[in-house]
Amino acid sequence: MPVILATDLIIYAVFLATVFLAFSAGRGDGYLKQVWRHIRKDRLAVASMLVLLAYGGVALMDSIRWRDPVVAEDGKMARTAEGEKIFSAEPLSLLDRALSGVKEKTEKTFSAPLARRLFVKETMEPQDGKAVGAGLQVIRDYPPLKYPGTHLLGTDKVGGDVLFASLKGIRTGVVIGTGTTVIIIPFAILFGVMAGYFGGVTDDVIQYVYTTLSSIPGVLLIVAFMLIFGGGGYEGGLVTERNLLWGFFVPGDRLFWLCVIMGITSWTDLCRIIRGETLKLRELEYVQAAKAFGVSRPRIIARHIVPNVMHLVLITLVLQFSGLVLAEAVLSYIGIGVSPQMGSWGNMINTARLELSREPAVWWNLASAFAFMFALVLPANIFGDAVRDALDPRLRMGRR
Amino acid sequence: MTMTPVVEVKNLKTYFNTPEGLGRAVDNVSFSIERGRTLALVGESGCGKSVTALSIIQLIPRPQGFIAGGEVLLNGRDIIPLGEREKRKIRGNKISMIFQEPMTSLNPVLTIGSQITEAIKLHQGKSSSEARAKAVDMLEKVRLPEPGRMFHEYPHRLSGGMRQRVMIAIALSCRPDLLIADEPTTALDVTIQAEILNLIKELQREISTAVLLITHNLAVVYRNAENVGVMYGGKIVEMAGVKTLFRNPMHPYTLKLLRCVPGMEKRGRMLDTIPGTVPPPTEFPEGCRFSGRCHREMEGCGTIEPALSEKENGHAAACHLYDPEFMNKPLSRPLLALESARPAPVNVPHEKRTTILEVQDLKYYYPVKKGVFKKTSGYLKAVDGISLTIKKGSTLALVGESGCGKTTAGKAMIQLLKPTGGTVVFDGKEVTGMTPRGIKPYRSLMQIIFQDPYSSLNPRLMVGEIIEEGLKSLRPEMDGKARREKLSRILDMVGLTPDMMRRYPHEFSGGQRQRIGIARVLVVDPRFIVCDEATSALDVSVQAQILNLLKSIQRDFGLSFLFITHDLSRVEYIADEVAVMYGGKIVERGTVEEIFSSPKDPYTVKLLSAVPRIETV
Repeated sequence: MPVILATDLIIYAVFLATVFLAFSAGRGDGYLKQVWRHIRKDRLAVASMLVLLAYGGVALMDSIRWRDPVVAEDGKMARTAEGEKIFSAEPLSLLDRALSGVKEKTEKTFSAPLARRLFVKETMEPQDGKAVGAGLQVIRDYPPLKYPGTHLLGTDKVGGDVLFASLKGIRTGVVIGTGTTVIIIPFAILFGVMAGYFGGVTDDVIQYVYTTLSSIPGVLLIVAFMLIFGGGGYEGGLVTERNLLWGFFVPGDRLFWLCVIMGITSWTDLCRIIRGETLKLRELEYVQAAKAFGVSRPRIIARHIVPNVMHLVLITLVLQFSGLVLAEAVLSYIGIGVSPQMGSWGNMINTARLELSREPAVWWNLASAFAFMFALVLPANIFGDAVRDALDPRLRMGRR
Repeated sequence: MTMTPVVEVKNLKTYFNTPEGLGRAVDNVSFSIERGRTLALVGESGCGKSVTALSIIQLIPRPQGFIAGGEVLLNGRDIIPLGEREKRKIRGNKISMIFQEPMTSLNPVLTIGSQITEAIKLHQGKSSSEARAKAVDMLEKVRLPEPGRMFHEYPHRLSGGMRQRVMIAIALSCRPDLLIADEPTTALDVTIQAEILNLIKELQREISTAVLLITHNLAVVYRNAENVGVMYGGKIVEMAGVKTLFRNPMHPYTLKLLRCVPGMEKRGRMLDTIPGTVPPPTEFPEGCRFSGRCHREMEGCGTIEPALSEKENGHAAACHLYDPEFMNKPLSRPLLALESARPAPVNVPHEKRTTILEVQDLKYYYPVKKGVFKKTSGYLKAVDGISLTIKKGSTLALVGESGCGKTTAGKAMIQLLKPTGGTVVFDGKEVTGMTPRGIKPYRSLMQIIFQDPYSSLNPRLMVGEIIEEGLKSLRPEMDGKARREKLSRILDMVGLTPDMMRRYPHEFSGGQRQRIGIARVLVVDPRFIVCDEATSALDVSVQAQILNLLKSIQRDFGLSFLFITHDLSRVEYIADEVAVMYGGKIVERGTVEEIFSSPKDPYTVKLLSAVPRIETV
């Protein structure tokens, strides 16, 4: 039985958009093809794109999930008294299934990357059974791992694989980054351009709204919002065919609401920038010329204003993207981020706080989350810059 | 009397590393200036004038730019090898500079006083009170009103002309040996331009400094310099005393440059032009830099570089025309009959023409808003009741200084701005007060060409799309094929080729972009065009090309122009009638002959007398 979360829809949409863009860039000699030709020349940008695609692939794999039916002890499907099938409470994603070997091979507790033994000493009986002096036959030593060589990046407190946890964090990071962006873009561009282009009352109202929004401390707003909406999810109850809400669709989880509220609190910066730029563009002579030709206002906006603010949109979004991924960590730290069961770099960093204060410190949890985060944010920046340059005809031709 | 020169530049070479290759922006330039004298460097943009100036004051943008060779001798000492600390002692002290843009060359957060005393304290080691006294003295010398009060003012409170006076005060406060004035008056109105130039000249006499005047305006040179160097492609192509040069230009470039300038005596004729544009420094030709554009080009000009040598007493030119070895060489292309010999566009006599546009008491007020609720507290009367008529196939010039409301008036006439009051009647129909739908048929008949060829074309659209826009909006019934045919026809007419439709605006030069702007307008078949400073941003040789183009389309289509400009030489050349605007009102109207020969209004008199003229041509 498949399970689709609202945040999965974001991932699917991004995936479809990517496929569509790739398809139209590869075909014919259109605008996108020219843009792609320019990007292709920049090796760093292509490398960044590959990294981003890999992240996207993992996120996609982690977004296709379904529940397995519970198998009763007699080998038959477990059913309720009414004869309905019972499904497992936890839907497993493609990623979970692909890496089940790693996921299920848990150790007892911490182990360093590539270690053969646990990180903490335990009191145990000597393995060869030889007596060591009189009295109790126990020693204190680092016990060997159950699955040595499996955990490339070590294990966490409950013995889970850190590499696997980091991979699970990818989906959260990508959803936060793209989901919030998807919410920001239409708000910011629509309101920014309208405020700048129409001026007057429209401008006053929009300015009033974003000034009010940005004068409320963002964290407070997010806390209030998450307390109201963030409770949703797919936990609780026996999962049978009938009591699944809307069949298989789960309308809201905390991650989804997190995207919504972060989008609502962070479109104002971009909107302000776009408004300013539009005010400038509005007076430019090519816009005046278009007016003199009787070109309609929506068309002027679509042809002359929006393409000329896109570079700002890209720069701001790429900068915000990093901020958003980091914000997720901060919010998880104060306990209003994604649910603690969900793999996320924020949760990993949050728990790493205590681990770092141990002696000797457990560093690999933090390092791993940080490395994965870094490997997403840096390519996003590089690729964003390359796209911005490629969209600008001046730069595109200049380098040819 | 022979004097040792204050500044001597010997074989200066300043090169730039660019992605396109090595740009030889200044290549083997030599000159010297004596104390109290002025040398003018003239030429079109991209000829290396400003880079020469920056090389002298050692402010070449690094690391792309570097001095590849030569010497700059200040009082006999080469300053190029000096260390940065030494150079700083020279800048602002021995050599100082005035820049083109008075709006950006003063720091807006510091008072005028602190900006002047900064230089005085630094270079003359004076105490604060001494520096202050000196600064006030300088402000008085540049004739700013109330220098004591001015000392405490911030730059934004001053007009452009006043700021330029402050710049002069700063530049001359340390009595420099050399003053470099890089287009000091280009950004100013013509009436202020004359005052500033006179001021520089007066102070130059007083402290007997040498001046290097950089300008593209030949008339400014004529009035303000003793010697002239004409620059082209990073080289000085001709150097002479100012009278000699204007009376007897030897280099074909100088000759053409002088002939390109529009003026009264050229009325009714096509202007002489130089084909093409100045190439970028990375693409300068091998031999003579002017080859490829020269009308006297001979075989060998493109490969053998002519040296700058004295041809007559004190008159040097770099051209093979005066080279005995080249005397008998054939021209590489037939010597074209000068374009100015082309027949005048014959029109219906002015008096018999019918009226196309009639403007009655046109007003445009900008509301001034104040307070939290943006209540309109008053109005800025940008256009305050102007009336004029424009006849079919004729040109009315609207002249006046910046801020007098001429552009606003032009836009209000074609209903790009909604007038506050008054009527505009186009071809018998009142167009003021029409609904957006009702005005649409008139949008194609009344059009506008803008000044800035850079901001008037959307950088993200291809040229074809830009030109097509008007047709798509105003002739939606036209199919793609008919549109493309029309586009190629118009492009051909303005001197562009149809393959340019698939290129982006930034790939074109300023002149070509202005042609695109004209094509965009022509494609919708207008009958009346507002040319808002349409040639002001262009170099003089390119301006001549565009003026010729405008003139020929006027002749071919019987178009009427409203020519908005501040440059009176263009007015004399192209206009039939003139309206002089001042403070939102028209102060005088009449035919060109009337206004120029017997101006009545005091403002018109002032405007006309301020225009620098070349008398020997």
